[in-house]
Amino acid sequence: MSIPALAIKDLSKEYDGTLAVNDISFTIEPGEIFGLLGPNGAGKSTAINMIGGVSRIGSGSIEIFGFDNQKDSRTTRRMVGVMHQEIVIDNFFTIDQALRFHAGYYGVRDDAAWRQRLIDRLGLQPHLHKVMIKLSGGMKRRFMIAKALIHKPQLLILDEPTAGVDVELRHTLWDFVHEINQQGTTILLTTHYLEEAEQMCDRIAIMNHGKLIALESTATLLKELGTRSILVHLQTPINELPEDLCCQSAELDDAGTTLQLTLSASQPTGDLLRRLCDAGLPIADIETRKAGLEEIFLQMTKAGKAEP
Amino acid sequence: MNQRQEPEFISWLPFYTLLQKEIRRFLRVASQTLVTPVITASLYLFIFGATLGDRISVLEGFSYAQFVIPGLILMGVINNSFANVASSLFMSRYLGNIVDLLVTPVTPSQFIMAYTLAAMLRGLTVGLVVWLISCLFATLPWAHPFAALGMACLASFLFAQFGIIAAIHADNFDALSMYTNFIILPLIYLGGVFYPISILPPLWAKLSHLNPLFYLIDGFRYALLGVGDLPFIVSFAVVSAMALILFLWAATLIARSHRLRT
Repeated sequence: MSIPALAIKDLSKEYDGTLAVNDISFTIEPGEIFGLLGPNGAGKSTAINMIGGVSRIGSGSIEIFGFDNQKDSRTTRRMVGVMHQEIVIDNFFTIDQALRFHAGYYGVRDDAAWRQRLIDRLGLQPHLHKVMIKLSGGMKRRFMIAKALIHKPQLLILDEPTAGVDVELRHTLWDFVHEINQQGTTILLTTHYLEEAEQMCDRIAIMNHGKLIALESTATLLKELGTRSILVHLQTPINELPEDLCCQSAELDDAGTTLQLTLSASQPTGDLLRRLCDAGLPIADIETRKAGLEEIFLQMTKAGKAEP
Repeated sequence: MNQRQEPEFISWLPFYTLLQKEIRRFLRVASQTLVTPVITASLYLFIFGATLGDRISVLEGFSYAQFVIPGLILMGVINNSFANVASSLFMSRYLGNIVDLLVTPVTPSQFIMAYTLAAMLRGLTVGLVVWLISCLFATLPWAHPFAALGMACLASFLFAQFGIIAAIHADNFDALSMYTNFIILPLIYLGGVFYPISILPPLWAKLSHLNPLFYLIDGFRYALLGVGDLPFIVSFAVVSAMALILFLWAATLIARSHRLRT
């Protein structure tokens, strides 16, 4: 069994009497892309700050490739690259200078080929000699990814890397993250774009109120918790919904010609179709749509809102 | 497994890089960090060397310009050593880019050494230029050159530590400027830069002995002129003790990441 890239055990952190992170445990295997999702204030960034070493651990432990990030902090910090959620730059320097400095902070000699590859891949070349203060928000984000990768970390932490960036840049960044991952870098990411988390992540953990409320492979999460919406278009209008459709919810539009039905992941569509035919509905067309991570996320975190 | 070859770790490189970055930071704004303090000191030199100086005599055998130059050199060293660390570290905290260092393997001792050496370099550079300009107004005997160099280094080291402490404790720009305006400036002006403590009334002379800057300025003046209010060994011992205390204070703050890590 391989040593986990990241092993978090019973991790907690309190700020002013409030548990920002409340006893969470999970592991990330080497080579995974792991998504940590949750609404604002769920405790994701606090957890990431403890992993990266920006915040002290309240209680519990964090191991990175088998090394304790408190006792062996010098080793673990070399293994981790962090792209913070907030734009963190030093306005005194250019992209080129800052990237060279960052390699040095990690005790790594400047690898010109690797640095140039990051510059090319992230489209930083035209802005290489501009001071940070003159860069656009998107360019600063690109630089921050390059900065997090300059020392060739084994575990890359991306805390909402695409927040506030345009669609083109978002796709560029995700393509690059995939590329880096395929070369062996383990990725831990948080994002508010759940569609992307669905496409990118092998496994997903959902946090709410500091707690871990779900931890599954993306496929399992979608299979077990996902719902399907079925739109049934009728040839002639009906006045009321047939009884005994056995679905999670059923709505009839004002014109009486379209039924919107929601099925749980485990309920077979054929069963519903049979019931619709038995009810004698004049079906003209049927559209089906699988509910994605976004619906699952809202469903789980809304349920959690009732908690204190 | 990571397909990229893991790079070799060079343990001294984080220190060297941080030192290099700190030096390039103050060189990048040299008009503020080097030229301005030199101009300020030059104005003092002009006033006391070429105008008022001829009418004032406070130390037998020396012109007033010769008396005041050691204090002005040290003032440049102190102010700039303090300002270099205080502004750089405070701005890193204030703008949040301190996290760029917190996530790296830079050790607390490397952190202190890099910030301190960069501050010393700026302070001593300003002091050197002030001395060179002062040669236009008066020549100093350099009675004990190594002692002078030692005191200048101690002064810059001491105020670099004070800069670290101030940058960590200050919550805003006002608080940071209070360290300069309400602590350093009064201590310098009342520490004997412009007058010998021996000419003060007995009570004020005794109170001046409580001013740590008095020992620094008097020791440095002794090293340059060969004359001081106190034996050099006393000044040197007091300043060394102060430097050690402030270093331990700053080192404790950095080692505990006080107000740096949440």
